[in-house]
Amino acid sequence: MNRPVSAWRATLLSLVLLGAFLGAWELALQGAGQGGGPAVDPEYAALVGQAAATGGQTPMPKPSEIGARLFQLLSDPFYIRGPNDQGIGIQVAYSLGRVLLGFGIAALIAIPLGFVIGMSPLLNAALNPFIQVLRPVSPLAWMPLALFTIQDSSISAVFVIFICSIWPMLLNTAFGVSAVRREWLNVARTLEAGTWRTAFRVILPAAAPTILTGMRISIGIAWLVIVAAEMLVGGTGIGYWVWNQWNNLSIADICIAILLIGLVGLALDRLLGLLARAVAWHE
Amino acid sequence: MARIFGNDINPCECGRTHAGMACDLPTDGTGAMGQAVEETILRAVFPDAATRRAMLTTFGAATLLAAIGDQLPLGIAREAFAQTPAAPEKRDLKIGFIAITCATPIIMADPMGFYRRQGLNVEVIRTAGWAVIRDRSIAREFDAAHMLAPMPLAMSLGVGVASPQPWSVAAIENINGQAITLANKHRDKRDPKDWRGFRFAVPFDFSIHNYLLRAYIAEAGLDPDRDIQIRAVPPPEMVANLRADNIDGFLGPDPFNQRAVFDGVGFIHILTREMWDGHPCCAFAVPASMPREMPNTFAALMRAIVEATAYSNNQANRREVAAAISGPNYLNQPQTVIEQVLTGTFANGLGQVQRVPERVGFEPFPYHSMAIWILTQMRRWGQLQREVDYAAVAQQVFLTLDAGRAMRDIGLVVPTNPMRTETILGKVFDPAQPDAYLNSFAIRR
Repeated sequence: MNRPVSAWRATLLSLVLLGAFLGAWELALQGAGQGGGPAVDPEYAALVGQAAATGGQTPMPKPSEIGARLFQLLSDPFYIRGPNDQGIGIQVAYSLGRVLLGFGIAALIAIPLGFVIGMSPLLNAALNPFIQVLRPVSPLAWMPLALFTIQDSSISAVFVIFICSIWPMLLNTAFGVSAVRREWLNVARTLEAGTWRTAFRVILPAAAPTILTGMRISIGIAWLVIVAAEMLVGGTGIGYWVWNQWNNLSIADICIAILLIGLVGLALDRLLGLLARAVAWHE
Repeated sequence: MARIFGNDINPCECGRTHAGMACDLPTDGTGAMGQAVEETILRAVFPDAATRRAMLTTFGAATLLAAIGDQLPLGIAREAFAQTPAAPEKRDLKIGFIAITCATPIIMADPMGFYRRQGLNVEVIRTAGWAVIRDRSIAREFDAAHMLAPMPLAMSLGVGVASPQPWSVAAIENINGQAITLANKHRDKRDPKDWRGFRFAVPFDFSIHNYLLRAYIAEAGLDPDRDIQIRAVPPPEMVANLRADNIDGFLGPDPFNQRAVFDGVGFIHILTREMWDGHPCCAFAVPASMPREMPNTFAALMRAIVEATAYSNNQANRREVAAAISGPNYLNQPQTVIEQVLTGTFANGLGQVQRVPERVGFEPFPYHSMAIWILTQMRRWGQLQREVDYAAVAQQVFLTLDAGRAMRDIGLVVPTNPMRTETILGKVFDPAQPDAYLNSFAIRR
């Protein structure tokens, strides 16, 4: 069953699927938004949108229109024209900055704390209920609390990233550390390695793949959260940009944002995937 | 006057208390400013303190100044000095706004240079919704903000916030300029009596939109809490909700009424100026402490805002203003939509072009009577659960003196009486008799 598939055939199939999807989308919208109603007087028609003039509603944009808009946005991604009008590249950079800051702080706290929890079954049992209660809370639920207590919207956004991305790293680190083989620890003890030496030379390398998996889940969550957080807080970032284009009812721009968010998320995941491969070990 | 807030009111050096207002120093060369000029000149002529004192005791200040006045145009110096606006204490300001045409003066003052001309470096920041504007204002991330006129009243009274937050309406931004938009399928239901079961959106609980819609519905004999549904929905989402058939209509700010027509989603049922001509909508709000803490910045800001408001109000400038604010940095809307709102020549969604130049107006004077009406409605619908001294609250929150001074500075006619009898939905509202007005309604909480 598990014959290796050739890469070019998989790519070809991907392209065919994409082409079929976009083609169907394009065709489905041919002539959409035409109300078929009586033509109104030209003065009225000039004041309303193309579709409304014939009694219809402005339709969903076609892929060709979205493509044209994407080209327009990407041809000048880094302009700054005032605080409310900045290029899409700048917005993505703002979001990445926030995510990396929140994720970075979360990693700095989660990994040492996870280490301690993993090495102490007592702490593990004591802290587990708190972690399990806080872990599934949605970022949107944290936001009002953060805004109220921190009273600074940009720090609140970073805080929400932090609080949402800390749990997978914490749990995975604790699990990885507690799952290190007994024999290896015994060998370390026989060789009279100190606590620190054991932690850094035995436990850390052994748990590294699990920790990296936690980080990989966390960065995905952080990137997921940023869009919601920025929509609420406003100002800058790709999430705010989505909200802003939603204000303008510009569905084409929202499709583009979805595409960009997906691509950046993929890139972040691949980056940590490479890192995970570097620390992986086989027996 | 009953003190409603805990903030201390210190008497000003001019010898009066201003109840949170900036000092109304005379600008004709008399008063403290004029004295300061005289003293400076005496110091300049007689730099040695001992000599100066000796001269002053021998001849008296009046004689000395008269003698100097022969050589120097002292009167002019005094006047010129008093009229030169003192340097703002803080030049770099952040002002939050919501992307609707109500914010026109606050926004257009940036690209058209009204802030710059007053020596201010203002950044206008588009904000996601009214609750966010309120929270970021309370956190002082904004030095001033675009708010719905009822918001500073509610915040100052501690309604809808954790603790009272004294904010003031320094000027009204726009009058009129809202509308009820209905979904296209309700073309035949133009009588509000037929609206039982409708789902409506308003921008915020503390908004003139909420109060006007409720009054309008109640006037038709329906109970706005039982017979229809009213939801607070951010304005930009109103059109999308209307399109998705989540709501039957909304009483919302422009440009979203016009945007619904532009996208073929709804039609304009009634403009709010037909309900209450001259009703306030949005306000330019500042922290209540600003006039005391930064009097010069506040004065400069007020001149900029009032001047921008007057400029926006001029029909001849409306197209130019529409072009300045419709871009992505400000309202981010098709220019024709903004133009239709501001010029009042618009498609109504039913196939007709209407010409109502008074669709929206920009008049800064914050009449106390407006505040009192809003307070009666907060009582009427149970938002405000306790008795308040309407007139006292109105006087504290709506800064008629400061708005009036800024208007006088740029040569506008200032209304003499902050109380005005209003006609709302065909009924006369006498601000001196708020309780009688409130008690005349059968449908209330």
